[in-house]
Amino acid sequence: MDMPTPDAGILARKDRIVARLQAVLPADAVVHDPAETRAYECDALTAYRCPPLAAVLPRTTAEVSAVLTICHEEGVPVVPRGSGTSLAGGALPTADCVILGIARMNRVLETDYANRLIRVQAGRTNLSVTGAVEADGFFYAPDPSSQLACAIAGNIGMNSGGAHCLKYGVTTNNLLGVTMVLMDGTVVEIGGACSDAPGLDLLGVICGSEGQLGVVTEATLRILPKPEGARPVLMGFTSNEVAGACVSDIIRAGILPVAIEFMDRPCIRATEAFAHAGYPDCEALLIVEVEGSAAEIDDQLARIVRIARRHDPVELRESRSEEESRRIWLGRKSAFGAMGQINDYMCLDGTIPVTELPRVLRRIAEMATAAGLEVANVFHAGDGNMHPLILFDANKPGDLERCEALGAEILKLCVEVGGCLTGEHGVGIEKRDLMTVQFAPADLEAQMRVKDVFDPKWLLNPAKVFPLDASRGRRAG
Amino acid sequence: MRPGTEQEVAEIVRAAEGPLRIVGGGTRGIGRCAGAVLETCGLAGIRLYEPGALTLVAGAGTRLADVEAALAAQGQRLPFEVPDLRGLLGRGGCSTLGGVVASNASGPRRVQAGACRDSLIGVRFVDGTGAVVKNGGRVMKNVTGYDLVKLLAGSHGTLGVLTEVAFKLLPVPEDEVTLMLSGVSAERAVAAMAAALGSPFEVSGAAHWPGRGTFLRIEGFAASVAYRAGRLAALLAPFGAVEQVAGPWRSIRDVEPFQGREGDVWRVLVKPSEAPGVAVRSGGEVLIDWGGGLVWVLVEPGCDLRARIGPLAGHATLVRGGEAGDLPVFPPEPAAVAALSRGLRARFDPRGLFNPGLMA
Repeated sequence: MDMPTPDAGILARKDRIVARLQAVLPADAVVHDPAETRAYECDALTAYRCPPLAAVLPRTTAEVSAVLTICHEEGVPVVPRGSGTSLAGGALPTADCVILGIARMNRVLETDYANRLIRVQAGRTNLSVTGAVEADGFFYAPDPSSQLACAIAGNIGMNSGGAHCLKYGVTTNNLLGVTMVLMDGTVVEIGGACSDAPGLDLLGVICGSEGQLGVVTEATLRILPKPEGARPVLMGFTSNEVAGACVSDIIRAGILPVAIEFMDRPCIRATEAFAHAGYPDCEALLIVEVEGSAAEIDDQLARIVRIARRHDPVELRESRSEEESRRIWLGRKSAFGAMGQINDYMCLDGTIPVTELPRVLRRIAEMATAAGLEVANVFHAGDGNMHPLILFDANKPGDLERCEALGAEILKLCVEVGGCLTGEHGVGIEKRDLMTVQFAPADLEAQMRVKDVFDPKWLLNPAKVFPLDASRGRRAG
Repeated sequence: MRPGTEQEVAEIVRAAEGPLRIVGGGTRGIGRCAGAVLETCGLAGIRLYEPGALTLVAGAGTRLADVEAALAAQGQRLPFEVPDLRGLLGRGGCSTLGGVVASNASGPRRVQAGACRDSLIGVRFVDGTGAVVKNGGRVMKNVTGYDLVKLLAGSHGTLGVLTEVAFKLLPVPEDEVTLMLSGVSAERAVAAMAAALGSPFEVSGAAHWPGRGTFLRIEGFAASVAYRAGRLAALLAPFGAVEQVAGPWRSIRDVEPFQGREGDVWRVLVKPSEAPGVAVRSGGEVLIDWGGGLVWVLVEPGCDLRARIGPLAGHATLVRGGEAGDLPVFPPEPAAVAALSRGLRARFDPRGLFNPGLMA
């Protein structure tokens, strides 16, 4: 993975740039001592690290605007950062950049139940958005697994999903408006309290633009009334094919579960050893969760169980209590932790058409054997968003490279069967150089034109998303 | 011009020496623009339909009616309840998927299932340089690169000629019940709809038709619908008399009360709680959908509704009328936003070929 050579001119001007930033921000909001900038050297993709020139931690939209105006004038690249939980390297710095962290902007600005919305500063964490409204019976639907830590700003940057997208959609389907600062310091209001404003859907293209079009400082989010209840059923099957066919049949039957989670044998065994959730030792396991009143849940689970029985399950466990629900989810929720106990792992995020599940799982197993690496699969089966976890040993020379090569092969397979490189984590640097697998030059050109309009000098997070060859000539350096 | 393939569209665009007016079925386009007519109806056909994956891919010129029939045969549908505006606009012809997407056409179920743009998962289009561009795909979770799918939805043909579109679908529910609340004011109606939409009973339609009633729809499995309808009726009781009726959702969707009537028709998108104020200040007849988020207004010809309503957390679009006048059809945008929109249009269509004058 290459990053552009840092601009020596910017490195040489560090003192002046820091002094200008200090002039517009409180003393505690500018981090420039090399011992302290190291805290910002990476995000959750820890394999790649680079301390930034400086980091700033503004508290208001006006301060963000002042910072961007200065960086624009100085020609300094800016990398926006929410909570730094990106798995794709979306917040990875370059040595000549300023990290703009908005974690200090975390206030709730307005809750409006009559119009079912909440307005927050974008540094607020995902879970604390729900926290602000749940006492009144509402919640914010997108629920990435990092929701305790990740910021709404990062969710918007990556168009984050979660386990419940099948019913509630992803961030873009739950975002009503943003206050955003452009690279030249201009503050724009896009969207707002009303749906579907006429004019080009700028909000739609901002969501998922990985911090390359502007810095979102405030967001208006749709909140939903909490369902009366939710309960899962756990099902074990003798093969991935059978489990895949069962998923398809549930969807065909007109049932819309809030979540359909899939785990394969390596993943079941690892989580069972780690969390002792009492999962059956089988090839494939499904957890299907439905919502509603107690009677509605019973009715839907009965329909699902009837369908599952046609596929000869080795286990069928319908939750009848909160405790049983907790145990069913326990293993799934500790899957990543369980993998981490065994070894280092890389988590992929490709999406495939649901109908291709069995074939893709079979191919992944063959590719893993050929590469001499172990892969465990845990994913959102309802929407085809896979999360293959490739195990490797970071201390073993060559292992990371072999793991990355296998990961690239798996993602190419996802594209080949009609899917995509990333379903919810984003491109960042991790999938940047694979973009040409999914997109022709004209497809990338069309996307880069959008950045040309919002950020003509290509200073915002410039070395991400687009292969460096494709963006050369637009970026400095 | 009526190209039959994407390549032919690209050739026409590359060879174009003047403006092109892009037309699907011509049933729902709004605004004034000149140019040689480029019809997309030749780009027809369902390319892929996987009921088990809830996805459909079809040529942009495919007739909406053909798609709806194919989906209905498998017990599925487009989630966003596409309006048929032929009656309102006095048009004939057959709506195409491309036109649905280009106008982000969404009906009453928008309150639950989202707009057209929320179900759209992939596009192919020809930009103003004649290049073929694809974005998104046929899977419902996809964050690979920028989301041009959303950008093209509702762009009224100003950024490119859509050639193929992909949607996620939903099953047609087993049952549907509509509750009607009678004799309440717009203000009480919007409050009642807010209470209903803020309940966990999954309301999939919330509209107020003055003189007829306030309507709330629930869909799903029969037993579940019966349960939720009962709970919702109890919730609505403090607002007035509640009864079960046949839902007039098609009439609301297609703005039937204003069909064939004299006057201009405006589509006003607002924060739902502002709908009653808009209804009063408009001085016209209204039909309120989306729990208040969408207000259709019928006023006398030539009326500048934007000036009459005054400052608004929302947007007013002139959907029918104003042919002679100089009122902008699309609401003006704030300067900084307009600059971004202009910039995008200039980049996607550098020669200014597509629907000039529209959305400007």
